[in-house]
Amino acid sequence: MTAAGIPIRPAARPVATRRPRLGARLSRAVLPAYTLLAVIYLFIPIVVMMAFSFNNPRGRQNITWQGFTVQNYFDVWSRSDITGPMTSSLIVAATATVLATVLGTLIGLALTRYEFRGRGPLNLLIYVPLATPEVILGASLLSLWVSAGVQRGLLTIIIAHVMFNVSYVVVTIRARLAGFNRSLEEAAMDLGANEWATFRKITLPLIMPGIIAAALLAFVLSIDDYVITLFVAGQTRTFPLWVYGASRFGVPPEVNVLGTLIFVVAFVLIVVQILWARRRASIEQALAKEVK
Amino acid sequence: MPRRLRWLTPYLFLLPGGLWLTAFFVLPMLVMASISLQEGSLSSGYRLTWNFPIYAEVITEWTTQFVRSIWYAAAVTVLTLLIGYPMAYTIAFRGGRFKNILLLLVILPFFTAFIIRTLSWKLILSDNGFVLGTLKDVGILEPAFRVLATPVAVIGGLTYNFLPFMVLPLYVALEKIDRHLIEAGSDLYASRRQTFLRVTLPLSMPGVFAGSLLVFIPAIGDFINADLLGSRETTMIGNIIQRLFVQTNAYPEAAALSFVLMAAVLVLVALYARFVGAEELTRG
Repeated sequence: MTAAGIPIRPAARPVATRRPRLGARLSRAVLPAYTLLAVIYLFIPIVVMMAFSFNNPRGRQNITWQGFTVQNYFDVWSRSDITGPMTSSLIVAATATVLATVLGTLIGLALTRYEFRGRGPLNLLIYVPLATPEVILGASLLSLWVSAGVQRGLLTIIIAHVMFNVSYVVVTIRARLAGFNRSLEEAAMDLGANEWATFRKITLPLIMPGIIAAALLAFVLSIDDYVITLFVAGQTRTFPLWVYGASRFGVPPEVNVLGTLIFVVAFVLIVVQILWARRRASIEQALAKEVK
Repeated sequence: MPRRLRWLTPYLFLLPGGLWLTAFFVLPMLVMASISLQEGSLSSGYRLTWNFPIYAEVITEWTTQFVRSIWYAAAVTVLTLLIGYPMAYTIAFRGGRFKNILLLLVILPFFTAFIIRTLSWKLILSDNGFVLGTLKDVGILEPAFRVLATPVAVIGGLTYNFLPFMVLPLYVALEKIDRHLIEAGSDLYASRRQTFLRVTLPLSMPGVFAGSLLVFIPAIGDFINADLLGSRETTMIGNIIQRLFVQTNAYPEAAALSFVLMAAVLVLVALYARFVGAEELTRG
């Protein structure tokens, strides 16, 4: 975007004003067509998952189309073998999201707003987990619990999920804080607000979109995690673990139902978050103008 | 807080998260390092014997799977780059007001569980499923033709699952490029191909670098795709680590194998960084 909307682009050369040749127009269509195809490719398994949530299979295998039904959407709630693991997953994801978001936001604030010694080792501590294959994160945690003789279960799953999510939260918050305007905070302090009041009334609301985005990411990563969870779960079954186990004998359509519902909920949440962030951005701009 | 203690504030902010990562990332790594050098069994207990030869043993025993994992992950990185670059380019330069919607469409499929997505591919690719089955009935394909349980299925599944990790950093890098530089290229009579090769592509290299790492690292350690879409002939190193740890409880071997994998990743990443000149890339 150019400042004040003045186009800096030089006046179009005569070539550009002529109607492009058919070949040129076709070649301009190649990239959008390609992208459209790629997006369709991304949605193929999702559409299949959704379609088979309405299948009415005979026997345990839900792999060929047998007939349309919405019964699965009612049956799923009475299948405790599915809702149990789903509940575990939700408990883990909710707890891990809250903890990881708080811990990660604090680190993000410290990194972007304070000067301190020891940034190098801290960066290492945050980025190395992101660069470590999940299987190794899971394996090392299992090593810890086995050596310490700790019983594995819901608690060890939550601990692991907080661990891998903290780094993601820090990275997200940091990206959002990079363009943070401190003049509003300074204005509040000038007007006599103490540090805590400034943080609560000014800083926190301003960085809220970043925090929400980070929390959403953490929740999604947590509820989806299979690899690390497998190592630290003990006898506890989260939803991905249960689905994986069930896939050996045939996945019932109720799994597709839950997959579809999660997809729809995530979709709605993201759209709401984007709209909200957009509204906040415009309010922020207006506020910043006032302060100047 | 009193003024003379103010320097403590950032450390207080860092303390809880830092402790968590130390206790549940650094400490487990140290424990795993110690386990890799122990001998014994689950029933009789383990003793630290500084058994370094185990590293050589696991490397020779699982060379095939190591080589296979590296080659699969490299293939997946190249494929996601080939599929993802034109996508990211189109969204960044031609997206217009659909930019955000297109980006959303790229990440949206990934809000369905990894497991369910991969099982969905298994269903699509299955030997007598609605795709291959129909093609076989019509006579386009041989009855014996199969995709599932082949390297193609595993690499395809990995490519699908990690594609957004390539597209997003590429998009960020391409979006950042100053459009005037590209216009300058055409003003100086460079053809569109020359402008792309000499201006756009070099400037997007940070994205290529970041995307490649974000795809290569999870791909080399993955075992879900090989497990669900592959066969015994497509076993990756992640499958071995998982099997040794979770099923056979061969902890020292599994721990040693994990560190060899981690070392392999670090070495390959360092080589790659040197190859594309990461020092220059990360400076900007």
